[in-house]
Amino acid sequence: MVLDSKVPSGPISEKWTKHKFDLKLVNPANKRKFEVIVVGTGLAGASAAASLSELGYRVKSFCIQDSPRRAHSIAAQGGINAAKNYQNDGDSVYRLFYDTVKGGDYRSREANVHRLAEVSVNIIDQCVAQGVPFAREYGGLLDNRSFGGAQVSRTFYARGQTGQQLLLGAYSALMKEVKRGGVELYPRREMLDLVVANGQARGIVVRNLVTGEIESHAAHAVLLATGGYGNVFFLSTNAKACNVTAAWRAAKRGAFFANPCYTQIHPTCIPVHGDYQSKLTLMSESLRNDGRIWVPKKEGDNRKPSEIPEQDRDYYLERRYPSFGNLVPRDVASRNAKDMCDTGHGVGSTGQAVYLDFRDAIDRLGESAIRSRYGNLFQMYEKIVDENPYKSPMMIYPAVHYTMGGLWVDYNLMSNLPGLHVLGEANFSDHGANRLGASALMQGLADGYFVIPYTLGHYLATHKVEDISTDAPEFKEVEKQAANRIEKLLNINGKRAVNEIHRDLGLLMWDKCGMARNESGLKDALKKIPEVREEFWNNVNVVGSPGSFNQNLERAGRVADFLEFGELLVHDALERAESCGGHFREESQTEDGEAKRDDENFCYVAAWEIDQDGGNPILHKEPLEFEEVSLTQRSYK
Amino acid sequence: MSKKINLTLKVWRQPDNRTSGRFEVYPAQDIDTDMSFLEMLDVVNDELEKEGKDPIAFDHDCREGICGMCGCVINGQAHGPDAATTVCQLHMRRFQDGMTLVIEPWRAKAFPIIKDLAVDRSAFDRVISAGGYISVRTGAAPDAHAVPVPKDSADQAMDAAACIGCGACVAACPNASAMLFVSAKVSQLALLPQGQPERDQRVVSMVSQMDSEGFGNCSNHYECEASCPKEISIKNIARMNRELTRAGVRS
Repeated sequence: MVLDSKVPSGPISEKWTKHKFDLKLVNPANKRKFEVIVVGTGLAGASAAASLSELGYRVKSFCIQDSPRRAHSIAAQGGINAAKNYQNDGDSVYRLFYDTVKGGDYRSREANVHRLAEVSVNIIDQCVAQGVPFAREYGGLLDNRSFGGAQVSRTFYARGQTGQQLLLGAYSALMKEVKRGGVELYPRREMLDLVVANGQARGIVVRNLVTGEIESHAAHAVLLATGGYGNVFFLSTNAKACNVTAAWRAAKRGAFFANPCYTQIHPTCIPVHGDYQSKLTLMSESLRNDGRIWVPKKEGDNRKPSEIPEQDRDYYLERRYPSFGNLVPRDVASRNAKDMCDTGHGVGSTGQAVYLDFRDAIDRLGESAIRSRYGNLFQMYEKIVDENPYKSPMMIYPAVHYTMGGLWVDYNLMSNLPGLHVLGEANFSDHGANRLGASALMQGLADGYFVIPYTLGHYLATHKVEDISTDAPEFKEVEKQAANRIEKLLNINGKRAVNEIHRDLGLLMWDKCGMARNESGLKDALKKIPEVREEFWNNVNVVGSPGSFNQNLERAGRVADFLEFGELLVHDALERAESCGGHFREESQTEDGEAKRDDENFCYVAAWEIDQDGGNPILHKEPLEFEEVSLTQRSYK
Repeated sequence: MSKKINLTLKVWRQPDNRTSGRFEVYPAQDIDTDMSFLEMLDVVNDELEKEGKDPIAFDHDCREGICGMCGCVINGQAHGPDAATTVCQLHMRRFQDGMTLVIEPWRAKAFPIIKDLAVDRSAFDRVISAGGYISVRTGAAPDAHAVPVPKDSADQAMDAAACIGCGACVAACPNASAMLFVSAKVSQLALLPQGQPERDQRVVSMVSQMDSEGFGNCSNHYECEASCPKEISIKNIARMNRELTRAGVRS
């Protein structure tokens, strides 16, 4: 099968403009005849649902939480990129495009990235008009800061709560449309499966998490904005409810899953401190603007940090990457931290941490300046670790944070399954093998506000989508399968808790397919994951009834899907015998230990087709062509 | 340094909104003081699950204190004893060995109980839907620098916008008033130039929705401010009252 990316012809800077004109339109009076399902209410889902409703479509919006305002976009701290060049420091749409393609280690689609950079400026306009209280200068204009991996200041921010403020902006637009009657809200619903009829995505089957009822919902198109799959590692910075179920179910119905091995490990998280730990907490990488990262030069030096003199400290990022220093991209910073700990320089009780030190910044700028920049982060750190980071350096370690892989989509954000569109972190499209800081918020809102409102109309205008009711046999069959699965989960009656088995899977994934991967480890993981899966289906205990509020059952269903999906992730990592971005294969590195791509053999998107049981992956390749940016070894020296 | 403590939990158990609830007692053994409060509940729940017993239902998600999903009353205090802290960021080092913790859901007429510690806060969504927004269509916005906003206004708006919608203010208030929550959104938008065109209508409509949801009135107990994990100031309530008066005078 040939994957058609549908990238328009013409010069890169004109593709999107030309494409918008070429897209077929739906007559304003006809829009209300179309129903659209949007699953997820994060930045991508909420902005899409609101914008499509404004256009006149009838939208049904689903989320797993009790309110659309809780989606995990809310936890993004640092900021959102936009090529406004308000700082007059040489930024441009082209530079943002270039940085993003390069930052993604040349594994993203050029045309998508250019479009992202183009609409980035509209996002800021939109959010300001919604009342998002971005940080401002005394003159009343917007403030910017530089952010991991960029040499210009193009990041807009709202203290350390940028994700929260942007999400509340999108949520307010959504609630405005709820009030107007264009959006129907379905909170506390979990998508259990996708319904395909006549080869088109026509609806979803959900579980009402309060009553336990299985419900069917039909529409003319289905949009998934269901986030990433980082929780396959159990410990990640994701929220507890983040899961792969919606995307995985769609994959089992025929949508291709692209580049699952591209996982981002964020360099600045609070280290693991106990086996009861339920999640890892991120410290915004904006901290790297003022904090200096170091470890003791001597192996096993267990003096207090304040007692280690300057000459005994190794500021390893500044030493190895003099031009970017502490601001190297996330994948580079993470791998270097691991390297330091693996060679015995790690600090803290576990030796799995490095210092992030603000001493020099506090000396230079004063404690109050640092407090105004990072106060909430310092406070959060102190609460969790019980140490004052103004007095002693923070300890940090990398953790799984974001997943660049996702369902395969074309330039119109439609998967290979007609009618199924995928937005935000749930798709694979814009970040290649590594996402730059402050670009997730940009992509989520770009997809929802400025891409899907154009491209969805084209799909509806050019495809014959017959009316369908939820009484159709396609819905009934999927409902039955969903109910059977729940029944099966509740009847295992084993001895172990869901969390325990999820943790087993996570440890295995982190160990064999985490920050560094190699062939024998990956092959080992492919042997062991089915064993964990078997343990789950034979020995887990899921309690309670199907027809009630049952969080144990919810978790069990998600873990069951992670146990299948994890295998595909490892499979993809094994197949991609090159290093690129967040995917580091030990067999493929430069003399300096940097990720070494193999453009001759791996310059493609790996889109996996799986069978109905989630197995027998078949690889489809979308070759990546670079017309604008020449492929080079990334160097931040 | 972390150590292990033993606690007794008295937890409110209620299967659903139609059945009455009661306190059940659970031991929490060998609790590491570095655990968060919710991690402590996870540990208790894992044991219950393994014994085939129904785990304690509680809402939670981000566990970073920002999503607003978690919340319960611990020994009479919404979100527990620490100031400016959600229960997911409350750590067990805050408690002493041998203590008994009484754990209850938010109690308010407008927040019906779903199960155990989980409540229905959709009333908050309906209040926002009544006017907690600026009506700008996607694509219709002028350049972000077209209207400068004084830094002071932007900062004050941000202070109010920090609300996470957890509902602790309602739970802490003897009248189960939602005025801190509603006034935070009213203030954020009233302070910004972009919020001016709908300023009067917004406050009237949101307050009216708030009243119809069954939230009580404010009688200046300040409990909401004390329990707020994001330290939203009570000044916002004063501002909302002024906004309401202003809207009345102008109508």
